[in-house]
Amino acid sequence: MNIITIENISKVYKVGDTEVHALRDVSLTINKNEYVAIMGPSGSGKSTLMNMLGCLDTPSNGRYEFKNKNVSAMTDNELAAIRNREIGFVFQTFNLLSRSNALHNVELPLIYSGISGAERKDRARKALVDVGLEERIHHKPNELSGGQRQRVAIARALVTNPSIILADEPTGNLDSKTGEEIMILFNQIHQTGNTIILVTHEEYIAKHADRIIRLKDGYVHSDEKVLDRYIPTIN
Amino acid sequence: MNKHFFFEFKEGFIIAITAIFSNKIRSILTMLGIVIGITSVVTMSTAIRGIDNSFQEGISSLGTDVLYIDKWAWFSNVEWWKMRNRKSITMEDYDKFRSMAQLPLASAPVANTGQRVKHKEKYIDRVIINGSTADYLKTTNFTFSMGRFYSEIESKSSRYVAVIGSEVAKNLFPLGDALDKEIKVGGVAFRVIGVLEEQGSIILGNFNPDNQVFVPIGTIFKHFMGQSFGSVTINVRAVSPALVEETKVEAQSVMRKIRGLGYQEPDDFSINQQEGLMEQYNQVVGVIQIAGIFITSLSLFVGAIGIMNIMFVSVRERTREIGVRKAIGATRKTILLQFLLESSTICLIGGFIGLLFAVILSQVIDRFLPTSVQYDAVFLAIGISLITGIVAGLAPAYTAAKLDPVEALRYE
Ligand SMILES: Nc1ncnc2c1ncn2[C@@H]1O[C@H](COP(=O)(O)OP(=O)(O)OP(=O)(O)O)[C@@H](O)[C@H]1O
Ligand SMILES: [Mg+2]
Repeated sequence: MNIITIENISKVYKVGDTEVHALRDVSLTINKNEYVAIMGPSGSGKSTLMNMLGCLDTPSNGRYEFKNKNVSAMTDNELAAIRNREIGFVFQTFNLLSRSNALHNVELPLIYSGISGAERKDRARKALVDVGLEERIHHKPNELSGGQRQRVAIARALVTNPSIILADEPTGNLDSKTGEEIMILFNQIHQTGNTIILVTHEEYIAKHADRIIRLKDGYVHSDEKVLDRYIPTIN
Repeated sequence: MNKHFFFEFKEGFIIAITAIFSNKIRSILTMLGIVIGITSVVTMSTAIRGIDNSFQEGISSLGTDVLYIDKWAWFSNVEWWKMRNRKSITMEDYDKFRSMAQLPLASAPVANTGQRVKHKEKYIDRVIINGSTADYLKTTNFTFSMGRFYSEIESKSSRYVAVIGSEVAKNLFPLGDALDKEIKVGGVAFRVIGVLEEQGSIILGNFNPDNQVFVPIGTIFKHFMGQSFGSVTINVRAVSPALVEETKVEAQSVMRKIRGLGYQEPDDFSINQQEGLMEQYNQVVGVIQIAGIFITSLSLFVGAIGIMNIMFVSVRERTREIGVRKAIGATRKTILLQFLLESSTICLIGGFIGLLFAVILSQVIDRFLPTSVQYDAVFLAIGISLITGIVAGLAPAYTAAKLDPVEALRYE
C-alpha cells in the first residue's frame, strides 16, 4: 500500500528577478513501512522536498496524493489536520518549546487533536518511555543533552501514531556516537511497522535505510534499494 | 469540537501566563498604560458617585418647593461685581413682599452669620446662625426631637431663644439635656427652646444642615449685623411643587414693584431654587465626566499601542515556535487564539491591578465623599481591559496566524 504518491512535482522560488528551481519534475511513491534516505549535495532540494511531503509547503506544479487524497486541493485547516495526525516531523535543530518540559512538548500534538488531559498525559509518557527518557520526563530542553532533546522530538513525532515520520538531518547536530544511538532508535521504530523518510549527508547513516533517493539540482538523480543495508545492534 | 477548543484555549492560556511571567519587567511596563487607564476610569466613576451621593442628600435639605430671593444669584451669568452693586434686600422689602405676594404658602426673611456656639467648656466654631421669623418654620420640614420653634411673639420681640440642630446638640449636650440650657452665640446668651431631629444629610462643601442654630432675626441685626451680609434672603415656599413656577413669576413681579424697577431695567435681585443648583451641578459633573472619559481613553489608547507593540515583538521572537506549532498541527485559528489570549491576559492582569489601585484610592476618597467601588465599575473595568486586549492583540495575532510554516521554521 502506498502512502505517498507525487507526480511531476516542481517548486520554483522567485528571488528578485531570478527563479530558483528547488525541485524539478520529481515523481516518487513511498510505500508503507519503507525506510527511505534522501541524499544529495547542499541546495539540491532535499528540505524543500521534505516540506512538500510534510504538507508544510505546496508545490508550484504537479500532483501530490497522500493516502489517495489529493493534497493540492486541501484547505489550510485540512493540511493542519494531516500534519497533526498523519505526519511526524523530526528536525535537525530539534525545535522543542524551550519553556515547556519534555512531557508537555510531547503532549502538544495531542492537544491540537483534542485529546483529553488524562489520556494525553498517558500517551505522552508512554512515548517518552519508548524513546528511553522515562527519567527525564519533567526536564526542560535546556536541561537535556542534544541526543536526549532529539529523543523528545522523536517521541513528539511518534505520539500521534502518524502514517509517516519525516526526519530532516536528525543527526546533523549530534556527534557520531549520539547520532548512532538515534539511528538505533529509528531502526526500532521502523521495525515496529512505521514508515520513515530521512534526509542525511552521511553515506553511513543512509545505509540504515532500505532505499536511497539521491537528488541533484532538484532532480531525482537516482533511486535505489540498499543492498548492503546496515542493521545497527544494541550492545 | 467544543472540547477541542477548550484544550486549545487552556493551552493558549498556559502559554500566555508563561510568556508573561518569563518576561516580568517587560510585562509590567506593558501593563502600565492599562493599569493607569483602569485606575482612572474606576476612580473617576467612584468619585462621581460620591459627589452625587453627597449632593443629592445635601440638596434634599433645600426642598424642591422653596424659592430663595436673594441679592446674589447662586449661579448665573451676571458678573459678581454687578450683583455686589445691587441694593440690599431689607426687612421693609420683606414686609411688603409678605403682604403683596398671594401665592406663597409662607415666606420668611433669613439673615445669617457664622459664630462660635458655646455651652460651658464645650464649643463649636463657625456654626451657621440663622435669624428669621416664626414663619420660617412653615418654609421647612423641620421635626423636633425636643421642644419647639420660637413663636411670633418671641420673634417680634427679639427674645434670646434658640433652636439648635442635632449636630450642635450632640456636641454641646452629649447627655441630651439641651432644653432650657443656656448657650453663648458669639458671646451672646440664648436659651435653648428646641432641638431639631437629624436631617440625615451629608456634608456638602462645608455646609452641614444639622450644624445650625435658629434665632429670632432681630437678635442677629442687633448683635451680628456688621458681620453678616447686610442683606436678607427671603425664603418663599410654594403651596406645592407644581405651583413653584407660578409662585416664582409672582414673586418676581412683586419684587420688581417693591424695588421700583422701570420697565426696561433688569432685576436687581435673584430668585434661586434647588433646580438651578441641580442644572449647574449636572453641568459640572458632565464636564468632569467628559474630562474623565478623555483621560481614560487616552491612557487606554497609549496602553493599547504599547501592548500591540510588545505583541508584535513577541510574535517576532517566537516565529520559530509558531513554525513548530504549525508543523505539528496547529491551525491558523489556534495561533490566532494563542496570541489574542496573551494580549487579553496582559490587559486583564493590568485591569485587576488597576482595580486594586482604584479600590485603595476610593477608600481615600471615602473620607471626604462617602463612596465605594460598585459592581458595575468592576464589570466596566474587566470589560474595558478585555476589549483593549483583544483590539490591541488582533493585528499581531493575525500576523502570527498567517505566517508561512516553512518560512517560520527557517527564521533565525
Ligand atoms: N524560501 C526560499 N526562497 C528562495 N530560495 C529558496 C527558498 N528555500 C529554498 N530555496 C532554494 O532552493 C534550493 C533548495 O533548497 P533546500 O533547502 O531544499 O536544499 P537542501 O538540499 O535541503 O540543502 P541542505 O543540504 O543545505 O539543507 C536552494 O537553492 C535554496 O537556495
Ligand atoms: Mg536542508
